[in-house]
Amino acid sequence: MARLTSLAEAISENVNDGDTVAMEGFTHLIPYAAGHEVIRQGKKDLFLIRMTPDILYDQLIGAGAARGMKFSWGGNPGVGSLHRFRDAVENQWPRPLEIEEHSHAAMANAYEAGAANLPFAMLRGYIGADLTKVNPNIRQVTCPFTGEVLAAVPAIRPDVTIIHALRADRKGNVLIEGILGVQKEAVLGARRSIVTVEEIVDELNPPSPNSVVLPSWAVTAVVEVPGGAFPSYAQGYYPRSNAFYIAWDEIARDRDTFKAWIEENIMKAGPEDFARHAKKAA
Amino acid sequence: MSDFTPTEMMTIAASRALTNDDVCFVGIGAPSAACNVARLTHAPDITLIYESGTVGTRPDVLPLSIGDGELCDTALFTVSVPEMFRYWLQGGRITTGFLGGAQIDRFANLNTTVVGPYEHPKVRLPGGGGAPEIASNCGQIFITMALSKRGFVDKLNFITSMGHGEGGNHRERLGMKTRGPTRVITDLCILEPDPITKELTVVSIHQGVTREQIVENCGWPIKFAQTVIGTPVPTDTELHTLRDINARTKKAHQGNKEAA
Repeated sequence: MARLTSLAEAISENVNDGDTVAMEGFTHLIPYAAGHEVIRQGKKDLFLIRMTPDILYDQLIGAGAARGMKFSWGGNPGVGSLHRFRDAVENQWPRPLEIEEHSHAAMANAYEAGAANLPFAMLRGYIGADLTKVNPNIRQVTCPFTGEVLAAVPAIRPDVTIIHALRADRKGNVLIEGILGVQKEAVLGARRSIVTVEEIVDELNPPSPNSVVLPSWAVTAVVEVPGGAFPSYAQGYYPRSNAFYIAWDEIARDRDTFKAWIEENIMKAGPEDFARHAKKAA
Repeated sequence: MSDFTPTEMMTIAASRALTNDDVCFVGIGAPSAACNVARLTHAPDITLIYESGTVGTRPDVLPLSIGDGELCDTALFTVSVPEMFRYWLQGGRITTGFLGGAQIDRFANLNTTVVGPYEHPKVRLPGGGGAPEIASNCGQIFITMALSKRGFVDKLNFITSMGHGEGGNHRERLGMKTRGPTRVITDLCILEPDPITKELTVVSIHQGVTREQIVENCGWPIKFAQTVIGTPVPTDTELHTLRDINARTKKAHQGNKEAA
């Protein structure tokens, strides 16, 4: 059964230095509050996994929390570069970053294989693409029935997966709606999982028998953090702050303005601040 | 007809490539603008799909990201990302993929990964995202990007997604049954692969643009097809539709200036 707890406890109990950590959410429901808590607690040497690193991993990388990253698209969507990610790859600042780069299709398949307790995923992918030359984890497998050669990538099995969802009930059953990304697969493929939610309610009342629900017994910790996905968004609660995504370009471009932002908005802040940010955006 | 910018001409020419029957996998940025102009003008029943899992979406403002709430709110339905890539894309359900890119070569291979060597890049670009499998699994691919020497290069540092590879029947030799890039729409002209060599050649030139301008802005000695037509100028409806959606989008994205 999931433990309903505080964000500080959930992170300190479940995220260890050196862990492989997936924080998922495809544009929607990115677990910012939890990621900031990871930075605040000074976790280090993490191997980060995420399809679209987004601003959250730009912050973790720039803060020096990551030794490596597995990803498939490392930009600020619609805006341009992730400057901290670029600085790490191009100039090894603040430390070198080992990268394992895939395509979205491969990452999505690899998460699904992890959830299905399989050792690898296969796809009709990477045909003619140069990633196969630079990533030794992209290999080939031959179909035993037809002889077709397919791409193979290892399943994603994080030590801990962290996601943000809409709501949970008091037993810790979690509901996700809207753009679902790979959160369900990322949680089911992980050894431990932390889910932050907009609210904890008495009755979950899933809107359809086919709703996406993660049962309490498949989750390690559930934490109520209203606004916890800001500046990404939570369907039905608050919109994406596209203005912040645009503003981040300037903040992150320069090491000093970035460090000042981290100090002011993460080190001197707490999860309770997110409700205020999200309210302003709504 | 009022004046129009080269970028407006590019977006509108790109929108015309799409039909009502298309099921289109939409890249963010210029492709997204073109696809939605098509939907709001000549192709009202086009199915637009974004890789965030939103199927049959009809956004009122253009999304900044591939997964803005607007896309989910206006979609016929939304699936998980693994389902999107496995059942719908790999399943062969998408007629057309619409991509942009940082760099392209004469065989319409795209690079969005690195400038310089992969291990020590001069510029680290975002990477491929969905593009490698969009390029191989969609029925055909349209590409839209401004014509410039920086973008249209003689040799790519890195092939993020394969177009026609080394040209000729390279796709077929790798077992691909899809057509690959069939049209590249720029701000100066429209290019299509030569039927045999698959090298991109100019087939249509936008109003007011000279052949010299096109040659000067391309990083390889660009060829012109035997018959080159003039691209029809934007209609009033096309221009109004594009300007309206751009204005709505700008307003929406600047809506909330408060930073976290």
